[in-house]
Amino acid sequence: MEKTEHKKVNPVSRRDFIKGFGGGAVGAAIAPKLLAQEVNSIQTKRGEIPVYSRKQITLSVNDQKHTLLVESRETLLDVLRERLNLTGTKRICNQGECGGCTVLVDNKPIYACLYLAVLADGKKIKTIEGLAEGDKLHPVQQTFIDYDGYQCGFCTPGFIMAATQFLQSNPDPSPGEIQKALSGNICRCGNYVRIHKSVAEAAKKMRGV
Amino acid sequence: MAKHRHLEDIKNSNLSYIETARDTRPEIPAASEEMEQQEFKIISTHTPRVDGHKIVTGKAPYTHDLKLRDMLHGKILRSPHPKAEIVSIDLSQAESLPGVKAAIELGVKKVSYLGDRVAAVAAADEQTAENALKLIKVEYNPLPYAVTEEKSKEEGSPQVHEKRKNIHKFNDQKRGDVETGFAEADVTAEHTYRTPVEIHHPAETHASIAKWDGDRLTVWDSTQGVHSVRDGLAQALNIPISKVKVIKHYMGGGFGSKLFVSEHTVAAALLAKQAKQPVKIVLTRRENALCVGNRPSSLQTYKGGVKKDGTLTALSLINYTSGGIEQGDRCAEPIWDVYKCANVSVKEYSVYTNTGPQRPARAPGHVQGTFGFEGFLDELANQIDMDPLELRRKNYTLKNQGDTGIPYSSKGLEKCYELGAENIGWHRRNKKPGDGTGTVRHGLGMASQIWWGGGVPGTLADVRIYPDGSVDVISGTQDIGCGTRTFMAMITAETLGLEPQDITVKIGNTDYPWAILSGGSLTVPSVAPAVRRAALEAANHLKEMATGLLKVPASDIILSDKKLMSKSNPEKTIDFTKIARNLRRETVFHGERLGLPQGYAYNSFGAHFVEVEVNTKTGQIRVIKVVAAHESGRIMNKQTAESQVIGGITQGISTALFEQRILDEATGTLVNPNMRDYKIATAMDMPEIIPLFVDMVDPRINILGTKGLGEPPRIPIAAAIANAVFNAVGVHVREIPMTPDKVLNALRQKEASL
Repeated sequence: MEKTEHKKVNPVSRRDFIKGFGGGAVGAAIAPKLLAQEVNSIQTKRGEIPVYSRKQITLSVNDQKHTLLVESRETLLDVLRERLNLTGTKRICNQGECGGCTVLVDNKPIYACLYLAVLADGKKIKTIEGLAEGDKLHPVQQTFIDYDGYQCGFCTPGFIMAATQFLQSNPDPSPGEIQKALSGNICRCGNYVRIHKSVAEAAKKMRGV
Repeated sequence: MAKHRHLEDIKNSNLSYIETARDTRPEIPAASEEMEQQEFKIISTHTPRVDGHKIVTGKAPYTHDLKLRDMLHGKILRSPHPKAEIVSIDLSQAESLPGVKAAIELGVKKVSYLGDRVAAVAAADEQTAENALKLIKVEYNPLPYAVTEEKSKEEGSPQVHEKRKNIHKFNDQKRGDVETGFAEADVTAEHTYRTPVEIHHPAETHASIAKWDGDRLTVWDSTQGVHSVRDGLAQALNIPISKVKVIKHYMGGGFGSKLFVSEHTVAAALLAKQAKQPVKIVLTRRENALCVGNRPSSLQTYKGGVKKDGTLTALSLINYTSGGIEQGDRCAEPIWDVYKCANVSVKEYSVYTNTGPQRPARAPGHVQGTFGFEGFLDELANQIDMDPLELRRKNYTLKNQGDTGIPYSSKGLEKCYELGAENIGWHRRNKKPGDGTGTVRHGLGMASQIWWGGGVPGTLADVRIYPDGSVDVISGTQDIGCGTRTFMAMITAETLGLEPQDITVKIGNTDYPWAILSGGSLTVPSVAPAVRRAALEAANHLKEMATGLLKVPASDIILSDKKLMSKSNPEKTIDFTKIARNLRRETVFHGERLGLPQGYAYNSFGAHFVEVEVNTKTGQIRVIKVVAAHESGRIMNKQTAESQVIGGITQGISTALFEQRILDEATGTLVNPNMRDYKIATAMDMPEIIPLFVDMVDPRINILGTKGLGEPPRIPIAAAIANAVFNAVGVHVREIPMTPDKVLNALRQKEASL
């Protein structure tokens, strides 16, 4: 998270602050420019902590830079889906229970629904849309097609993102390791067996076996 | 717009949708053509999905993902009370919140479950809509309620429905005389089995977008039936069907919960009308758990009589089932149909509760009924010291209704037994349940399955050929994850001598030819024959066109390898694209799924064989291996069919071991409205799964001899697991989910009775 270099500018009343915080978009409609630079602070026992109702952040998503003004309550999932129209990342449980919104932040798999957008400032994000290199699918994407590692396809992006990072860290996994690595993702159609097979075959492909 | 109609008032027409669909034509022609026996090149192979690339790159557009210009976001205010009268609703504060564009009452005077809809708002963004809900003032007059079956059944319990008692008999069927049958039996037994309410929890929560252009309404819906939603919307809004269009591109699971129009879809249309802007409503995970369906519970008491040689002399079932404010599920089919038995009696009662309405859940009634009945059969077999598979074989029949009805058009269940027993190693089972020793015990169990799956006559498809040689296959059906696009492309390609990739599949739109909703294992046996017939029309037309060029009769021409060629002289060929060019304009060929010849029963069959491990100290059950043998006629695409079997088994394991809706009796609150507290099977729970198909072709069901496969693999698995646990430890756990506490309790009771 960014530290405290932000200066206190355009202080606003607590009432406005709460308004901006809770009724986000309403605030945005009223005074986006005023709030753009806005930093407020709260006093705690440890001293003053800056609180941003909105913050300008820069994300590198699939190697493309985006500078956005985000509300502090917005999750990375909100920003990807609603602001950047990267709807490949799905909202399923929206509270970190199903892995459907898994993306890579600085190459680590995270649940985008539990990750505040402001925390992603300056970080490199990879989503399902950025996985293929041009027309060439990532081996995991290709094996999901070849071995039918999906049914309705809604949980698929989350599984694929989790799997690609897993295979980087463990290029030659046992079936049990694959099972364990993907146990944070729920497939309601119930195609786990074939998802595991797809990942195992992708691992072989990537090792050139 | 005039007042909209409430869906419960038109629900009856919805529920009988499948039946009425049969009557869309004054007279449905019987299937006249011979079933095709030839070998196919593409049909029945393992073919990867034609839309796989879109899915794995995140480009497949689901309803959640769609955005329209000026689109608003709608939210629904839901009742915090399990039952209450609505005294007043004040929308004024919500309406005056900046960003709010529409606010409506949903016209209910009484709410009958916690989560029932009250009012709705639409605003520029979701957060504003959410905030607006908090500004709606509703005065409720809370009324006494009953949220559990036990409470509802009590004497003097609050009435859920004004005009109907809490316990309502909806099924009473019998044949023969059970008392006579019991008197003939060497052994009788009586046991009670219980299944909980389950929640569908599709990955993509229910979602709709409504947009008006004057008096015409377009709805993008996460649905299993575009035509069914269209018709339901027209009824609810009192507008002509011709003014409504429904579109569904991709859908993230439904399992029966998305078959018909929903309240939130109607609300989106009403809000959009008021706001004069498109409105999108996406249900939250909690709303999904509360308001858009669940699988009814059951409490099934079976009594059976059997002779020492295994002959079933009498069977009876009394079932109490709760679908919340709706009727429960008919669970009688397994006891009624699968095995030879002259004397059967069934009585089923709905137990109404103040909880969300049920909706069909993959194999409604059959999942519950099979868990009870197939488990009961194993207990009967044990009492006469018979191999449970032998008991089933002993009472095998080729006629429906327990040998008292008409012949099955085809029945491959015996073959399923053979395949399953061989592949699981049935001889390895404990000869007497609970024979094993040690803390962790192994056991084998099996169960049979019956389902419908004949398909719906009147389903239509078009094949359109363009002068450049490109080809569409078009039908108002939908792909709900089972591979509809792919089998349509395969059949068209097969018939026209092309490859599946050459075919553009157009589905999920009510502007396309009518097709039945995708549920009840209906899609393949309805759509596949229609596509085949349209493609055959096209092929015959092209052959006629080629006769002059090839100088051979049409009967000598085949379509293969992107060519039309002479069978007698393969040198004589003409490219598909050349013939297509001669069409000069795009040409459409129609196909229809014809009627089912009368005098036969059309059912799909299967049997699951399961190996489990039961830890007698912790009560934990681990499913190690499942062999699933299914007879669903000719399989269209083995690749997706196997996935469907694997999926059904996974969901069944989840049912057997984990899933159950939990309500707080005092407040009516759903305690586990998410995907963590509502336990769903994950990767860690997976056994080895071997899907097998009995390769047989139904001789008359349709032109391709294919039956449905959607529900079958979901049906027998929980019973097979329970029977394997029985085989392992010698006690039958008669209630799902078979959580460790229930296993330990059952073991303790067994010890106490020794």
